Amino acid sequence: MTSSLLFNVTTLAYMASMVVFFAFIASKNKSVGVAGSMIAYAGFIIQTVAIGLRWKESYDLGVGHAPLSNLYESVVFFSWTIILIFAFIDIKYKYRVVGAFVVPFALLGMTWAQLGLGNGIEPLVPALQSNWLLYHVVTCFLGYAAFAVACGISIMYLIKAKFEEGASEASAGGLMAMFPPTRVLDDLNYRAIMIGFPLLTLGIITGAAWANYAWGTYWSWDPKETWSLIVWFVYAAFLHARFTRGWVGKRAAWLSIIGFAATIFCYLGVNLFLSGLHSYGSSKM
Amino acid sequence: MATTERSFIDAVWDFFCSLKLTISLLISLALTSIIGTIIPQGPVPPEYVAQISPIKLQIYTKLGFFDMYHSWWFITLLYVFSLNLTSCSIKRLPHVFKFISEPTLVLAETMRNSFSLKKEVAFSGSLEAGREKLKEFLGREFASPVVSEHNGEYHLFAQKNPWCRLGVYVVHLSILVIFVGAILGSLFGYKGFVTIVEGSSISSLETRSGKHIPLGFDLRCDQFSATFYNTCSPKEFKSILTVLENGKPVKDYTNVRIVVNEPLTYKGITFYQSSYGQSNEESEHYFSVAPLHGGTAERFAAREGGAVVSLKSGATFKLLEATQEVRQFMPEFSGPAARVEVTFKGKAPQTYIILKNYPEINAQRGDELIFNYEGSNAKMYTGLQVAKDPGVWVVWLGCTLMVVGLFIAFFMSHKRVWVVVSKGHVRMYANASKNQAAFQPQFEELAQKFGDLKI
Ligand code: HEM
Repeated sequence: MTSSLLFNVTTLAYMASMVVFFAFIASKNKSVGVAGSMIAYAGFIIQTVAIGLRWKESYDLGVGHAPLSNLYESVVFFSWTIILIFAFIDIKYKYRVVGAFVVPFALLGMTWAQLGLGNGIEPLVPALQSNWLLYHVVTCFLGYAAFAVACGISIMYLIKAKFEEGASEASAGGLMAMFPPTRVLDDLNYRAIMIGFPLLTLGIITGAAWANYAWGTYWSWDPKETWSLIVWFVYAAFLHARFTRGWVGKRAAWLSIIGFAATIFCYLGVNLFLSGLHSYGSSKM
Repeated sequence: MATTERSFIDAVWDFFCSLKLTISLLISLALTSIIGTIIPQGPVPPEYVAQISPIKLQIYTKLGFFDMYHSWWFITLLYVFSLNLTSCSIKRLPHVFKFISEPTLVLAETMRNSFSLKKEVAFSGSLEAGREKLKEFLGREFASPVVSEHNGEYHLFAQKNPWCRLGVYVVHLSILVIFVGAILGSLFGYKGFVTIVEGSSISSLETRSGKHIPLGFDLRCDQFSATFYNTCSPKEFKSILTVLENGKPVKDYTNVRIVVNEPLTYKGITFYQSSYGQSNEESEHYFSVAPLHGGTAERFAAREGGAVVSLKSGATFKLLEATQEVRQFMPEFSGPAARVEVTFKGKAPQTYIILKNYPEINAQRGDELIFNYEGSNAKMYTGLQVAKDPGVWVVWLGCTLMVVGLFIAFFMSHKRVWVVVSKGHVRMYANASKNQAAFQPQFEELAQKFGDLKI
């Protein structure tokens, strides 16, 4: 399969991009930063082609469906959306260094998918034979990706804030000078969540609409549903934090990190540790 | 006395209006919701009871942990949440309306310093001429302004999208709308499950809460079939259903194909393909048995869980269970199969599986008798989830409002521009309620044209 070769190239590109971003932090050379972004975008284009190819390959195998049906495909798609949201923020706000904290998430996903997960193209079980699958998965994962970016930015925020507290202004040069000011990081964090929150909301709604269409119940407190609601509550708390004295800054950054931890649990933990309707590739009806 | 009462009410009101309460509630809802994803919900499985200590079981039961999303304390949290939402909106909405309907037309001296977007140009003409020019300019480039005079200065105020300040309240309202929809559904709707054997029909159902509800029509299952991919994962579960009114098939509801993800709705009641099985009551299964070393075969019939059949050779035979599709239990085989218990004279009973499509495997067993499964007159039944939910449209309305509201709240902004015309200079100030950074280039373009203006 050609697509799996291209996925390997993608993984290498994200790895190269991460290394270059680290070099950018160390060297503070602007063109190194541009190279980091460019390599990430090249990887993104190759990955887009690979996903398209895999889609086509599934039709060649006679089981045609969008490549979003099992854990491997969803992890690959997740990596893709992370770079997509990163590109959006990179192009719009031009803080290159964010890449050093965001591209690793995409790399982690691709590495895990390529090394640890079976990449066979499987036919769809009856429960997944619906267009709602596409709407639901795409909106959820775009939301998750925005939260991944927000988490990376929040980690930067906490590092920077800690440094500013501890060190005097003079020594705050060096590495930390590469980081955008905390005020900007706080704003970027908020912006990423402003993208992610409506997408997660849409993801939950399309999931509910699908469940209602397929099973007659839009909400059944299935663990996956409940965890998506938990994630939603955490980010809703984040959105209100900025209107409440004492909850801005560090606490908001922590809420964003906790939110992403809950997101990852919702995505993977629920399938690994809890049972329900969403077990990837299980042969439930 | 009166004042302490007053201040107590005020305190309660402030408590319910506070955003700290909102954050606490959102975090409490997030944390408590975890319980129901770890502890099984619904009827407690006996294996789980065996796992935990009796004291734990008692505490969990008392606290409603086995149905926690409907427990009194979770519902109370949701009530407090709704109250918080409602009182907060009641407190703030009038201000927002006032803000929209009575904008700040005159920009006081003290307020002017706080603007980051501003531009000043020198100006020597008459105030009135300048006013008219700028009025036309703002109307053309931004929005028609309101002009007022104050302390010998002219203030021009123009704004765009003031109503998007309401986006947040649309989001908040949408949550209440969804709650109303959910309550309507739980009051006037029901969920149930029915099984229909091929060829037969049903006219009522039992809901999950144990009530018997007549459908008002009959639903017949004409046929059920299940197909599998050759990787043995399921491909399609299909029922052919017919709706009958007074015993007669209803046009457009005759021989309807129902599969997972394609339900049937009739008179507000929806039927969803959910499970299936073989109806083994009353049906006969046919077997043949022949001696290993040749001889005439004997044919006989048996019922699932039915009487023991005595064979000519002296052995006895009992049919434990039969299935029309063995793939779900033994992925490497397909077709009908029977699990049987055979007892040879003077020996211990043995249980094994006979496959209809694989007689050679039955023969390989090497017993003195070879059994074959010849099939049955058993019928399939289809299992359908049944739901009626008159509140679901209210829920979708709420969801739509929420998405629209979020879009307005996050991606649209209320933009305001003030122009103050005074002796010697004209100054322009502007701000946006959201995303000031995106408004900045727009403002700079406006300021550029403002600077180029011949006044
Ligand atoms: C008890 C419940 C809640 C209360 C009392 C409450 C109250 C508030 C208040 C006072 C604001 C600030 C409005 C402003 O001045 O701009 C706000 C903003 C907001 N609320 Fe809520 N809220 C609640 C629950 C929720 C929930 C569950 C959501 C989830 C969708 C939500 C979504 C929002 C959004 C999107 C904003 C705008 C945030 C922003 O512009 O950054 N609220 N809320």
